[in-house]
Amino acid sequence: MINIDELKSKAIEGIKNAKSLKDLDDIRVNYFGKKGEITAIMQSFKDMAAEERKTLGKVVNDARESIENLIKDKQTKFNEAILNEKLKLESIDVSLPSKKVGIGHFHPCTIVFNDVKNIFEKMGYVVVTGPEVEYDEYNFEKLNIEKGHPARDEQDTFYINDKVLLRTQTSPVQARVMEKGKLPICMISAGRVFRSDSVDATHSPTFHQIEGLVVDNDISFTDLKGTLTMFAKAFFGEDIKTRFRPHHFPFTEPSAEMDVSCFKCGGKGCRFCKNEGWIEILGCGMVNPRVYELCGLDKDKCQGFAFGMGIERLALLKYEIDDMRLLYENDVRFLNQFD
Amino acid sequence: MKTSDKFLKYYVKDLDVSGKEFAEAITLTGTKIETYERLDKNLEKIVVVKLEKVEKHPDADKLFICKAYTGKETIQIVTGAPNVYEGMLCPAVLVGGKVAASAHENNEYPDGIVIKEGKLRGVESHGMLCSIDELGRPADLYGGSNGIFDMSNINCKAGDDAIKVLNLDDTLYDFEITSNRIDCYSVIGIAKEVAATFNKKFTEPKTTFATSFKDNKYIDVEVKDKDLCPLFSTRFVKNIKVEESPEWLKDCLRAVGIRPINNIVDITNFVMMEYGQPMHAYDYDTIRGKKIVVKRASKGDKFTTLDGQVRELDDTMLTICDGEGAIGIAGIMGGENSMITDSCKNLLFEAANFDGTNVRLSAKKLGLRTEASNLFEKGLDPNNAIKAINRACSLIEDLKCGEICEDFIYVYPNEVKNKNIEVSVSKVNSLLGTDIKAEAMKEILDKIDLTTTISGDKLTINVPTIRKDINNYADIAEEVMRFYGYDKAGETIPKLKLSPLPLTKQEIIETNALDIAIFNGFSEAMNYSFESKKVYDMLRYKEDAKERNYITILNPLGEEFQVMRTQLVNGILKSLSTNFNRRTKTAKLFELANVYLPLDKDINVLPDERKTYILGGYGKELNFYVFKGYAEEFLQKSHVAGKVSFVKNENIEYMHPGRTADIFIDDMKVGYVGEVHEIVAKNYEIGTKVYIAQFDIPSIVEKSDFVCKYSEISKFPKSERDLSMTVPKEITVDKIEKIFTERGGKLLESFELFDIYEGEQVATGFKSIAYNLSFESKDHSLTTEEIDGVIKKIINGLSDLGIELRK
Repeated sequence: MINIDELKSKAIEGIKNAKSLKDLDDIRVNYFGKKGEITAIMQSFKDMAAEERKTLGKVVNDARESIENLIKDKQTKFNEAILNEKLKLESIDVSLPSKKVGIGHFHPCTIVFNDVKNIFEKMGYVVVTGPEVEYDEYNFEKLNIEKGHPARDEQDTFYINDKVLLRTQTSPVQARVMEKGKLPICMISAGRVFRSDSVDATHSPTFHQIEGLVVDNDISFTDLKGTLTMFAKAFFGEDIKTRFRPHHFPFTEPSAEMDVSCFKCGGKGCRFCKNEGWIEILGCGMVNPRVYELCGLDKDKCQGFAFGMGIERLALLKYEIDDMRLLYENDVRFLNQFD
Repeated sequence: MKTSDKFLKYYVKDLDVSGKEFAEAITLTGTKIETYERLDKNLEKIVVVKLEKVEKHPDADKLFICKAYTGKETIQIVTGAPNVYEGMLCPAVLVGGKVAASAHENNEYPDGIVIKEGKLRGVESHGMLCSIDELGRPADLYGGSNGIFDMSNINCKAGDDAIKVLNLDDTLYDFEITSNRIDCYSVIGIAKEVAATFNKKFTEPKTTFATSFKDNKYIDVEVKDKDLCPLFSTRFVKNIKVEESPEWLKDCLRAVGIRPINNIVDITNFVMMEYGQPMHAYDYDTIRGKKIVVKRASKGDKFTTLDGQVRELDDTMLTICDGEGAIGIAGIMGGENSMITDSCKNLLFEAANFDGTNVRLSAKKLGLRTEASNLFEKGLDPNNAIKAINRACSLIEDLKCGEICEDFIYVYPNEVKNKNIEVSVSKVNSLLGTDIKAEAMKEILDKIDLTTTISGDKLTINVPTIRKDINNYADIAEEVMRFYGYDKAGETIPKLKLSPLPLTKQEIIETNALDIAIFNGFSEAMNYSFESKKVYDMLRYKEDAKERNYITILNPLGEEFQVMRTQLVNGILKSLSTNFNRRTKTAKLFELANVYLPLDKDINVLPDERKTYILGGYGKELNFYVFKGYAEEFLQKSHVAGKVSFVKNENIEYMHPGRTADIFIDDMKVGYVGEVHEIVAKNYEIGTKVYIAQFDIPSIVEKSDFVCKYSEISKFPKSERDLSMTVPKEITVDKIEKIFTERGGKLLESFELFDIYEGEQVATGFKSIAYNLSFESKDHSLTTEEIDGVIKKIINGLSDLGIELRK
């Protein structure tokens, strides 16, 4: 009688000592090949009595299974080792530079414009646009700036002819909306405006404004203050303080300029805020009743506020850009700094 | 508008704040202070000394050794100034004190210079005698720079504080006055605001005076052009003494930067500062015919203004004439022929009111803007002019420099009177969002000369003529709010019933345009909307090109900003050129902005402003097909309904004729893409290949439907076939693809070109092209026979074009 157990322990010993896939394959052939020891035993079954074959068969089968499993396990180990060796060779320098599409960058004015716009849109304002080449009537007359008004000098205007000009402000869009006569109005108008200022570090003949208008029956100056303070905190940060100073604009009465506490020094006074502790941000006021009349609204039934600010000014402040000319040069080394 | 603290205190006597505190408070009531500065900010330990002895320095020709008496002791000071003399009173800075740096070295020593003991050529010096420069004051206000400042004619003595004697213990404020407040272009106007802000009493200056004779015919005034001159008033002063003004008057003028001339001119300047009303003084004896005529000039008239310049007038300009000719340009400048000289005996004061717009336009045309014209152009109050002329006479009396005629000759046909306006207290409160009582409003209004009576909810307010800016309840609300305090009003949020609007198609497409550009590595450029006409030559546009039909600006900043752009190509090429010439290797820029296309010749209607989108770039990985890809992605994201095609266009003047395609959606041209013509690139000094793609956004909006629906994904496997073919060279691949789409039917799911080759192994006149075709059905697995059937149809179509399959 062949000692199966002995055979098995010999096989296990052999598998244990195998050094390579080749050794394992030799062991497999030794036991399960055509002339293998287990194969030989299995072949001898045909001469056995059924009872004996059954008993022995089970023992041999168990032995075969465990040997085969051991070989398989060991094979997996060898394969893993080989793979690990290969992966090691494939190792790379992860500090080498990446391959990028190189995503582009928005113009700083667009970024600031979107920031401002998003804040007001969240408050429910609708963005309205209008023509850049505009009638004098909308740019000035309907806004209470008749011919000969000193404000026309303050906003030196490019004319196309005596009726048509390049808009000096985005307010004509507001006049166009008021003319439609539907209340409430809660809008911002934004875009390019033009003034005949020579190009220098703080002036450009083209720049961008964003203006707002809210009109209903009972909008008040405290609404104006609340809204713009909320805007200032959203734009500059929760810690910012606002200050409203009386001012004059033909379009509004009472009028104000809004300052924010200097975001560099927190209001203590520094070079950035010229030691004032405050930085002028925007002009605003209650829409002048005369403007309602000129735009065909009932001046006794309308109350509302308007405000306006320069996008370039905000961009210069936000990014601490010291020369406005950089905004219109389009040097990618400049543009690619902003996100 | 400048004024000094001391000047203000003539009218607000118990004002007890200055500097920062003053600036902040007055800014918050609406008179913003731009800057303020102590006149003596860099001056310390400066006393009046008397030079007891002046000797030449033994070892230096140009130095003097002075024994200076300081009121306590005599000290030795060495100076280099040649104008010192024994007995002279002058300012000296003592050791340890400070002086200001003179104007030209001001930047070097912004905080002044400390004076130490020193030796000059071996002689000890215990201080420094000062020039007016070194006291931080502009020399021209003090009769020019003549070495050490001579104080011998000023009422002072050795030991006095020189800063006080010279009225430099003062603060100069510079106010920003808004254009509606004509009353505040005057020290009195500001003083009233100050008094109201700090709750102090305002003291009106003296405008009364004693007269010494009568003469109701001293002048005959005729105003011919009453539309431009609502008031012309005169006063006559005899036997005047033209001399220097007293120090207080001179220092008042100096503080605000006006150079004292003589008492008469100084009085007119002082009154102009006080009242904001320009005045003029004529030498009475030069007025021919004792007559004044106010009338428009004739075109071509020549006139010599008192600065000696000959001015050419036109028929819109108003002149003041005597019996024979012009003696002044109204509101701008007087004439050389009638100016006050030291020998003048009798004078005629003028205080008039002229039309502001006319003065502004005349001053602009003459290129002559004066203090007077700057004031008149704001539109002044005639009644204030009468106060001013009386004030001037009152000063003549104070200075004892003339005899004033009792008669007052003036032309004032339509006297302007105070108006009463009525406002509702509740309306004012509703506008402000406040709850201010009628009595509190009255208290505020009364203190700024808006005399108010209350009757229930109604306020009746008497508005002085100088407050032209006050017309309705909103104006009153502002006045109330200014002194109630803008900061005291609460903060609320409007309660509105809003109906939000969806984004428009154009807004969505514009957002897509921005996103596509940014994700593909383009940065956003912004260029001016106006450019030079020459641009259209640089871009080689034909004489009759529609782009040359641009809008011209009447008053451009210069030739380079003259016309409104009709294309964005120039802007993008100019920007790329900037980058190229600054040695940036790759630059990709885009711009999304309007072009301006006129709709009529004279621009009586507004032009068509078309939002245009341009991509441009140069650099090593760019070529036509890369740009075509950007174009396709943009159109795909814009959900265009219609077939996008690229059709070669050899006729765009600034583009490469062989490498440019028009972009069509169905049969509508929406843009083009390609390589910029080499000559044009050279015109822009770009020494490499440049690519652009430009789109007309409104056309794309028209072709976009934003329909986006799910189409079923097949559960059955795809089958793929490669077709490799030999194609006659002139056949473009769009013809092959047309056959695929036409003949491929439903089963041809997609196709992709994967190889194109010309050269060896391909016959001359042919190219080799290979496509991968992918077949699929939604409802079954395709059989070989089905696919072969489709392929056969395709091959038949291809062979009609002379295309053969490669073996």
